[in-house]
Amino acid sequence: MKKIQLSLLPKLLSAIAAKKALYLPVDGKAGADYKRYEEGDTLSRACRTNRSAKDFFFPQVEDMAAFRVEGKKIEIIDTRKENEDFVIFGVRACDVRSFDILDRVFLADPVDTFYENRRQHATVVSLACDAPEETCFCRQFDILAEDPAGDVAAWIVGDEMYFKAKTEKGKKLLSSLDVLLADGDSAPVEKEKKHLEAIQHKLPISEFNKEHFKPEDLMEHFNDPAWAELSEACLGCGTCTFVCPTCQCFDIRDFKTNDGVLRYRCWDSCMYSDFTKMAAENPRHTQLERFRQRFMHKLVYYPANNDGIYGCVGCGRCLAKCPISMNIVKVVKKIGGKKA
Amino acid sequence: MKKEALIPEIAVITDIRIDTPDVRTFRVVTPDGKKPFEHIPGQCAMLSIPGVGEALFSITSSPTNTEYMEFSIKKCGCVTNFLHAVEPGQYVTVRGPYGNGFPVDTAFRNKDMLFIAGGIGLAPLRSVINYCRHHRKDYGKIDIVYGSRSMQDLVDYKEIIDEWCHEDGIHVHLTIDREQPEWKGHVGFVPNFVKELQFDTNKTAVLCGPPIMIKFTLAGLQELGFKKYQIYTTLEMKMKCGIGKCGRCNLGDKFICKDGPVFRFDQLEELPDEY
Repeated sequence: MKKIQLSLLPKLLSAIAAKKALYLPVDGKAGADYKRYEEGDTLSRACRTNRSAKDFFFPQVEDMAAFRVEGKKIEIIDTRKENEDFVIFGVRACDVRSFDILDRVFLADPVDTFYENRRQHATVVSLACDAPEETCFCRQFDILAEDPAGDVAAWIVGDEMYFKAKTEKGKKLLSSLDVLLADGDSAPVEKEKKHLEAIQHKLPISEFNKEHFKPEDLMEHFNDPAWAELSEACLGCGTCTFVCPTCQCFDIRDFKTNDGVLRYRCWDSCMYSDFTKMAAENPRHTQLERFRQRFMHKLVYYPANNDGIYGCVGCGRCLAKCPISMNIVKVVKKIGGKKA
Repeated sequence: MKKEALIPEIAVITDIRIDTPDVRTFRVVTPDGKKPFEHIPGQCAMLSIPGVGEALFSITSSPTNTEYMEFSIKKCGCVTNFLHAVEPGQYVTVRGPYGNGFPVDTAFRNKDMLFIAGGIGLAPLRSVINYCRHHRKDYGKIDIVYGSRSMQDLVDYKEIIDEWCHEDGIHVHLTIDREQPEWKGHVGFVPNFVKELQFDTNKTAVLCGPPIMIKFTLAGLQELGFKKYQIYTTLEMKMKCGIGKCGRCNLGDKFICKDGPVFRFDQLEELPDEY
């Protein structure tokens, strides 16, 4: 365990930024968001950023390849570049778990090299939550907000910040900052963890029956009549999918430039009516089917393919951002809760 | 950097055969004249014209064809409209193969096969049929029921008449929806024709065609006594990546591009009917 006085944190951040690109959540007018560190930036203490941390590995838009087109001929240009090493500082436990969930999609064979390259170059410094919001429910997905994963885990206790390396990458980062860090005792952190855990048990969304979503009940949940009522007011705006740290659906599109064609991918959403639209047919005709797809994927389909791990991390962004106040907690209570 | 699955290779269209008013068959090779890659019958490939789009097509040619790949493509959307307007020599991009393909070397081995296709639905089946013809001794009797709107809409008509119809152990049953003066064969829809033909229920059936045809043919086969596990089909859904990541072709816990497109009907029974 290592520690630093909070008053010295700016020095630590500068030291990291001197070696690698550093990103951290910073408070802005509309809440916290990740940004590249500049001298003077201070770490936000907000428990949740507006946008999730998935952007670091799966950006909203990225180029895939370029094409030179001349008459009938086509030439492919590989536009991929090696990424720079970077550190994401202050990622909360829910967002750290989302990386594991995305890994199981993008690193599954055949590997997505765009994602893999960013992942390899990143060092994740997580930060335990000291003030979870009412809309937080990560604990329901067995995520410990008081003891986050990551390459290095960090805790703020009083006026000190504690660090514990959890991987080789993490050890390397901490040892490179050795001159600024002092040895820390684990007792204050353990005490803080207990305190943070107690806070989480007091959160309003402390109980729901996600365990009732079992792969073997796939068709039963799919055919549940409650989807009609739940989806009735859904606008299909896709906000939930964009702020969601685990939503990874994408589109691949071409853009004509002056001297050729640029192929890029961008986030897409199963909530959109044209997501599955083909020339002749659309298998998901109404918002009911699209709405159902999103939740069935997170609660039934994804776990069925991934050792029972749910595709939700309980970050609460969809609760905070949905314009009609529909969210996964309401869905779980209505669909999964009936068996209770 | 290592090879990226989503970045395609260049290929050239060397020949275009006009099958029907809205179906053309494109012969595709690499710029140095080789087959782009190996595949198994029923697998698909992503073809694209940069600037127009990329779309998934079933590989129509059999893997036993060592020289080139063929795609029978119906004109129905952006990419296909463009393809129907190109001439030989046109470069395209290709990547694949994608999907599971038909179990030609396992479940289909030594079986009497019944192929049932409607319209452009013959495209994915042609690959299997020609594979079975090439490895003739590994399969039992082959029956092919194929129907289309009209005589002019039958895909691969020449190959069917000149080759398939003349081989021992292969029985071809053609039908068209409405009578035509020059048509001497059967007239009527595929599902009824299948019932009329009263096939033995020991056969393994493979269905491909428009959803309405699939629905009624499946019911007809079951009436004859076929069990769902004896009947295969190949599904189509919008796809962008082809490798189970973009999320579009998700059907229950399966991805059509990766776990499909070939499914048995008893497997489909366990999945949502969003296809």
